[in-house]
Amino acid sequence: MDFSVNSPILFVMVGIIIAAVLAQSVYFLVRALKRANQLGMDKAVLKKTMSSAAVFTIAPAVAILVGVISLSKSLGIALPWLRLSVIGSLTYETVAAGTALEELGLGLETQISNPHDFVTVIWVMTLGIAVGLILTPLLTKKIQGGMVKLGKSDKKWAEIFNNAMFLGMISAFLGYVFCDVSLAFNGDFTGLIPVCVMFVSAVVMAVCGLASKKLNMRWMTDYALPISLVAGMAAAIPITTWLS
Amino acid sequence: MKKNLSYLDSVHRDGRVWGFTLLVLIIAFPIAVSLCFGAGPEWGPMAKALLAVLPMYWAVGVVEIFTYVPMLGAGGAYLSFVTGNISNLKLPCAIDAMERAGVKANSEEGEIISTISIAVSSIVTTFIIILGVILIIPISPLLSAPVMQSAFAQLLPALFGGLAVVFVSKNLKLSIAPIILMLVLFIFVPALNAGTVGIMVPVGVIFTLIVARIMYKKGML
Repeated sequence: MDFSVNSPILFVMVGIIIAAVLAQSVYFLVRALKRANQLGMDKAVLKKTMSSAAVFTIAPAVAILVGVISLSKSLGIALPWLRLSVIGSLTYETVAAGTALEELGLGLETQISNPHDFVTVIWVMTLGIAVGLILTPLLTKKIQGGMVKLGKSDKKWAEIFNNAMFLGMISAFLGYVFCDVSLAFNGDFTGLIPVCVMFVSAVVMAVCGLASKKLNMRWMTDYALPISLVAGMAAAIPITTWLS
Repeated sequence: MKKNLSYLDSVHRDGRVWGFTLLVLIIAFPIAVSLCFGAGPEWGPMAKALLAVLPMYWAVGVVEIFTYVPMLGAGGAYLSFVTGNISNLKLPCAIDAMERAGVKANSEEGEIISTISIAVSSIVTTFIIILGVILIIPISPLLSAPVMQSAFAQLLPALFGGLAVVFVSKNLKLSIAPIILMLVLFIFVPALNAGTVGIMVPVGVIFTLIVARIMYKKGML
């Protein structure tokens, strides 16, 4: 078969894998909803969980789409579509593809014209993410079992443990927001862009929280995270122009 | 009690079946591409690229499992490690959903809410990307415009700013030490940046757990 990075057969294969992954999500969604009904969980809470998860996902998903577009210059559309829909994240895939292309003497800006190069890039990207796929089925039960046990033995500590994990993760990303601020001492203010964006998003979130409490706008809580996310990203546009 | 065990057990059983099936499909893809075009990989460059990429990504991958599985719950973990984009999408989505529903990650209700939010998020992501792939010609210039690029570049700060307000305000005492530690590390260690934030997540989690344990023992929480 003649090779092209956008050959229809690639789309067929990628389509099959993505359909299988989609089926897994639908399967687990239905199972969880059934179980929630058995437990008598509030239907309104379940509905809100679904609608706000869907709304929240839009902006990050479009950001992933931007990643597909930027990788499609060299790799065509089918491979980045697969790699960013299934496992993969933009930072990882760009580095993996970039490294493989560099070893092949190519770059992210030129389209691959030879099937050998294409297969090489696919293998590097696939093997790079394989560890999570192999280990998750093997380890999840053990790790999760430990958490359930903890929840039964000391309820208060289990709750603190939970919050501490989330806080630990959030604090790492807050630190990351400040990683380039010291550039300001050399007159380069671009490092302040993420700090300002984070600040805008935090203020919007706080306002949403207050509005839902004081003005009794309950729906506001359900969409506070997507609202603050989009507000922060929108604010990034003037802030970037201003600081760079 | 018995029923409780059986739901979780069935999630684990099904999660494994799905996980291994999808693993086979994903590994089969490069093989199938090779067969279709009658072309093998360039072994030399492939080995060199793997040597550069694998040690780091496999190490991070192993650590990620231990860090994210307890936060995601069982069903959420089986889904997230297949669909990816955990820290920038699935986990914040699940954390936010559990927080609003008032359930904890290690309860069965938490397990259910986390699974529902991650499943919905995965399905929506898949459809948005399919739509984007179909419409790629008209939308690429729009999304690649410098104005849009500067918005998308700030996704993580915009996401974690909002999320931090919720969690820091609820755990003020506990959040002081980890935030100060991370700020100092990221500001003064030049090697810490967008590429290495993944490694710092488990560091932050373990540090916060230690601080929490000490404060809990001293009756400060």
